[in-house]
Amino acid sequence: MSLSATGTGSDASQALPLVIVGAGLAAWTVARELRKLDTQRSIVMLSGDSADFYAKPTLSNALAQKRSAAQLVTTPAAKMAETLQVQLLPHTLVRSLDTAVRTLSCEDATGQSHSLHYGDLVLATGADPIRLPMAGSAAAQVQSINHLQDLGRFHEALGAAPKTVLVIGAGLIGCEFANDLLIGGYSVHVVDPSPRPLALLLPAGAGEQLQDALQAQGVVWHLGTTVQSLDADAASARLQATLADGTSVQVDAVLSAVGLRANTALASAAGIVCERGIVVDAHLQTSVPHVYALGDCAQYASAGARVLPYVMPIMNAAKALAATLAGQPTELVFPLMPVAVKTPALPIVVAAPHPAQSGQWTQDAGVEPGAGGVWRFVDEAGQQRGFVLTGKQSARRMELAKTTLL
Amino acid sequence: MKTYVCIVCGFVYDEAAGRPEDGIAPGTLWADVPESWACPDCGVAKADFELVPV
Repeated sequence: MSLSATGTGSDASQALPLVIVGAGLAAWTVARELRKLDTQRSIVMLSGDSADFYAKPTLSNALAQKRSAAQLVTTPAAKMAETLQVQLLPHTLVRSLDTAVRTLSCEDATGQSHSLHYGDLVLATGADPIRLPMAGSAAAQVQSINHLQDLGRFHEALGAAPKTVLVIGAGLIGCEFANDLLIGGYSVHVVDPSPRPLALLLPAGAGEQLQDALQAQGVVWHLGTTVQSLDADAASARLQATLADGTSVQVDAVLSAVGLRANTALASAAGIVCERGIVVDAHLQTSVPHVYALGDCAQYASAGARVLPYVMPIMNAAKALAATLAGQPTELVFPLMPVAVKTPALPIVVAAPHPAQSGQWTQDAGVEPGAGGVWRFVDEAGQQRGFVLTGKQSARRMELAKTTLL
Repeated sequence: MKTYVCIVCGFVYDEAAGRPEDGIAPGTLWADVPESWACPDCGVAKADFELVPV
């Protein structure tokens, strides 16, 4: 069965539907931005899940908001599809992509196969949590939260009574979940091989402030070590985590937040060039014409061949791509994109310098003790290339952004 | 005083708190926030915020 109208010629890409694979923030934002420019183009969206719209950053502060996974949905999929005039195919898996004939092969929830012809294709397939190898009888009980459904499963695993959770990974997501679990009344342990939290993102002094702030609210840190094994303890019905430093911790649930890997499987199998993500040029086009990618699955030429997590890059990429798809070729230029770390114990705003940027962090003197801190990443010429604000200083984002050069 | 949430990233604008770092004084009603103001966390336009009952 074919879902699309038959094409009239190889250059008639506008007459054929725009097909979007994925239904996360990147996918829906492309549809929303395109509808602002083009109300006529047929848009088909394929999603492996229900495609309900929710703000993904709220996954890691759901407990503070006292909201369940279901309550995080801001707009049901059907309402999104109706508003944006999108033909939505939920619970549909894309099995393969043939770019020579611009055709996708998919399978719907009933197991029925479809082939779908596209004029332009947008891959917004996201990223999957990295799973660390782990020994022990309960290794399979380690959870990750990268989707709304994951959060629901995690809440189920926690049950009603306040318990102890082990968080693996002290990066941005690990720290946000640790803080949220504290607010939810849980006891929290965090394990990370780094000497302090957010070690890749923050200068040492800022990381130490976060470490102290979360510790003061109850986080038990296990830094400079890793989890070797996770075993079920039959007597207590709990989990026993054994760390590389010899420590043993009894917990009720384990949450892994050690990073994401771009989901490139579909693109890669179709012969599209992929490295750390699906490689896209400044127009978000992949190595194949009429196939574009953005979001957590993409490796951006506009970002010096990096993958960029977080919301801001997606919003910028979606706007540029929508314009290109509407017939106004638009190069993606990322502005300065400070990231807010949602750790209420110590709010942090980070505008990270480009990884290849040389220079060093310097801390502003004169900030009162307890009022947070200001760090600036300064190059050899004295130019500010990034900044970190903690605590009360995080309100100074606008001021610091003005003096930062990308 | 009401509270508004960014539909994209969940950033909350609380009228009581305002947004002093963006020059929006505490107590500023949503209607009086400039149309040019954008979500500080994700950049969506004011029009893409929604009212949230608290």
